[in-house]
Amino acid sequence: MSLLSIRDLDVRHGLLQAVRCVSFDITEGEVLALVGANGAGKTTLLRSIAGAHLPAAGQVFLGGQDITAVPSHKRIAMGIALVPEGRRLFSQMTVEENLLLGKTAGRKGDWTIERVFDAFPNLKPRRRAKTGHLSGGEQQATAIGRALMSNPDILLLDEVSLGLSPLVVDRVYTQLQALLSSGTTIVLVEQDLGRAMNVASRVICMLEGRVVLDRPAASVIRDEITNAYFGLHHRADEDRSAS
Amino acid sequence: MINTLLQGILLGGYYAVIACGLSFMFSVMRIINLAHGSLAVAAAYGLWLLASKFGISPFAGLLIILPVMAAFGWLLQRFVLERSASGGALLPILTTFGLAIVIDNLLFEQFGADTRSLAPFIGNLSYASWQLPGHIFVGKLAVMMMVTAIIILGGLQFFLSRFALGRAIRATAEDPDTAGLVGIDARRVNATATAITMVTIGIAGAFLAMRATFSAYAGAPQLLFAFETAVIGGAGSLWGTLVGGIVLGLAQSLGAQLHPQGFLIGGHVVFLLVVFLRLFRSGMPAFGKIRAFLRSPA
Repeated sequence: MSLLSIRDLDVRHGLLQAVRCVSFDITEGEVLALVGANGAGKTTLLRSIAGAHLPAAGQVFLGGQDITAVPSHKRIAMGIALVPEGRRLFSQMTVEENLLLGKTAGRKGDWTIERVFDAFPNLKPRRRAKTGHLSGGEQQATAIGRALMSNPDILLLDEVSLGLSPLVVDRVYTQLQALLSSGTTIVLVEQDLGRAMNVASRVICMLEGRVVLDRPAASVIRDEITNAYFGLHHRADEDRSAS
Repeated sequence: MINTLLQGILLGGYYAVIACGLSFMFSVMRIINLAHGSLAVAAAYGLWLLASKFGISPFAGLLIILPVMAAFGWLLQRFVLERSASGGALLPILTTFGLAIVIDNLLFEQFGADTRSLAPFIGNLSYASWQLPGHIFVGKLAVMMMVTAIIILGGLQFFLSRFALGRAIRATAEDPDTAGLVGIDARRVNATATAITMVTIGIAGAFLAMRATFSAYAGAPQLLFAFETAVIGGAGSLWGTLVGGIVLGLAQSLGAQLHPQGFLIGGHVVFLLVVFLRLFRSGMPAFGKIRAFLRSPA
């Protein structure tokens, strides 16, 4: 049975419709990569799954239960944790305090501060540092750690590599590797196609708020994604049907 | 002279008590509560009522009044402030302004124009003092207020840094949207913060009524003192509130030494000086903006 299902989801920012009639299912243990150009609706989609942005229409089911109207602070207690775009740490608070905040929902599980420090050793010496003073890589690790502290069933990672140097991105992904192969269900937004195809078991490409491609990562060719990414695919289909 | 300085510093304790709630509420919810002074006066009337009608000492009365204030704060946030805050930054100011008028006039209708005081119910505490060498007198109540201020500020600081709920309050203050994403119910946190604020207001009301007299319309000056203290100390900074209170108390005491009418003016002058200093230091752009606004033909 699918862990998370999205049905005909429409999400708006005022008059702008960012997500249009999106439907898909995620089964347990899947690593789903969401790709697409800027403004394709990936972040909005993730935020509406996390409950930070309630949809205008459509439904979100978690384990068969309709959670469309559940606010974000209750969804994390149900097992959906979001690492938001731009990290969004509490910059006036220390690394440890940020991690402790992740425990607010009080879900049972084996993530502790020590385990986060084991997964991200670069945080250990920075334990009492305010997160506003950390490097980008350390901030990202703290943001991921904070989400993990809630012991989520589904982890939503929004542009983990945003604003980081390629070297630091490599390091973050190395640290994530254990998590990615541990069977945790993950949805990640990633701009780097190669990386997304490497780590994911399935790829969804979005264009202008719609899903234009949904394939297992193993059977998809890079060109297919590139075409979907820029809407070439689409255009070709329309041309064919017009002629 | 030393006497004046000492009285000024101790007066700062009272200002710190009344200002810390205003500052706390602003830093957590970005709400400027204009009913702050009126709520303190309402608490003072509550204590007076308990003391004069039921013979309950004001200190025991606090055990009744403070929980009532906390409960009122919770309801106020949940049913009034939360709704008005969703309508923009200006609306809570108007709402609390209206609330202040309602409270003032309800108190006036109920208790009339007579000035009251809790001084008769606390023995000689309101005027008793210790004599220090060099003919210096320090009021027992003033010392008590200073100690209370330090306890409240220290307690708040400890609560905010060491307790999960305190961390949740700080997180919500910094970024309510992300606080929701880590599992914090911002509505509950804000209601709790308002309840805490109301407790400090209740204590401030008790001190107001013990050290002097109050009447139904005494809230507005208290709000002004709280506001000046919070601004001088830097809004949102806990210990800054104590510094702000002391600066305001000193300025008023010294002002009173210069001229019998100088008490209030001394405070206002220092307040304005601090405001302008802040504008100059951080805000040349602010002046630039005003100038640009004046120059623009529209």
